[in-house]
Amino acid sequence: MSVTSGAVDATFDYVLPSLGADMDEGRVLEWRVDVGDTVRRGDLMAVIETEKSDIDIEIWHDGVVEAFLVPIGELIAVGTPIIRLRPTGEPDDRPTGEAVDQPSDHRAAPPAPHAAAPPAPHAPAPSVRSRVPASPLARRLAAERGLDLVAVAGTGPGGAIVAADIRGAPAAVERRRPPTSMRTLIAERMSKANREIPHYHLARDVDVGRLDTWLTERNASRPITERLLPAACYIRAVALAASRHRDFNGSWVDDGFEPADAVNVAMAISLRRGGLVTPHVADADQRSLDQIMSTLNELVAGARSGTLRASWMTGSTITITNLGDSGADLVHGVISPPQVALVGFGRSRRRPWVIDDLVTIRPIVTVTLAADHRATDGATGSRFLATIAHHLEHPEDL
Amino acid sequence: MIPDETFPDPVTMILTAIADVAPELEPELADLDLDVDFWTELQLDSMDHLAIMTRLATESGREIPERDYPRLTTVNALRAFLSA
Repeated sequence: MSVTSGAVDATFDYVLPSLGADMDEGRVLEWRVDVGDTVRRGDLMAVIETEKSDIDIEIWHDGVVEAFLVPIGELIAVGTPIIRLRPTGEPDDRPTGEAVDQPSDHRAAPPAPHAAAPPAPHAPAPSVRSRVPASPLARRLAAERGLDLVAVAGTGPGGAIVAADIRGAPAAVERRRPPTSMRTLIAERMSKANREIPHYHLARDVDVGRLDTWLTERNASRPITERLLPAACYIRAVALAASRHRDFNGSWVDDGFEPADAVNVAMAISLRRGGLVTPHVADADQRSLDQIMSTLNELVAGARSGTLRASWMTGSTITITNLGDSGADLVHGVISPPQVALVGFGRSRRRPWVIDDLVTIRPIVTVTLAADHRATDGATGSRFLATIAHHLEHPEDL
Repeated sequence: MIPDETFPDPVTMILTAIADVAPELEPELADLDLDVDFWTELQLDSMDHLAIMTRLATESGREIPERDYPRLTTVNALRAFLSA
């Protein structure tokens, strides 16, 4: 009775999704639901550990959780079935014969063993590696110190390795620090971008004086929780421009450009321990500045605490990198494949500027475009940049 | 300093807000000079700034107007502002 696609009119197996073009495996760190729970579309299902960070994944159908198909902590391939739902209201077919709407009883029921789950026909066989039990903090500390967990004796519950074990680990087992997995992922992706994408780069100086004044006046009358940062305006301006210039919003796949229907603007967010992640604001062209700012706060908090939602990470259609006020003047960006454009914002700096044949001093931001020459040309790129500039110069219309 | 019973010690509140927003920086906070511009010292960006200020405003129950940001760059300046 198991199907692997379609609506939940029979049982439905969720497979481990690819949370980024370069992810092929991951592990379930934690279930956010229990066997027997009635779940709704949008509920959090599980926390998945990827090489980049821990990501919350969501449920896309209403139903009842019938079984977990993989144990917590096992390394599994993308495409491996992880959880089984049955339609709401369909009776439980397990021998206990409990009614479905008695979640408290179901919580006590043991999850179905992994072996009981028939693999979906199209799914690759799970690739399973045994895992040393360790706390997340211990794993992070071990990674920072280049320690192999196998070499550490655990003193936590069930012999699990805890942070104190890492701090107390003898120096003898330390080895040369391997490149972090995030660096490896960035290296692979950026090498692919430089190898395969014929980039062209354009730049345009934008007077953000009106934007600054508009933001200052707007924020002065609002509580801190409703204040806007320029970054929200950048996202909105790029989203509006991308919705008009569709050639910059989409993917280059199999020798052709596929424009995207939605405008999902990803934001490069640097992490203090190194590296970056690029979650997106979905349908940014349909959202108000306040909504974008609120999402941006969630994205940054999620990125920096290592808890990003899967829906933020997949389906980005264009990316922004914002160097901020302590950054450089401009960035010649590298596109994140399979996207075809990246818009960069340099720091705002006071520069001499000519208005009506008079030299004056204005805050200037250099906006750059890195675009895929297979998909577009410099002339269209210039028009795209001009549209972004126009939106930033007319903040009251954002 | 002596903690006020009705109001948490502002320095603790400020350092806790920084540590909550930027947990990686917690080890550095013990040695933080309360009179240096900690936004620059700790390399905090505009998103961190907003998150920390939002926490302080919420926890202290005080509005922190944007026009006051330029002078609220050290822990001691923030403490004075929140205690005033």
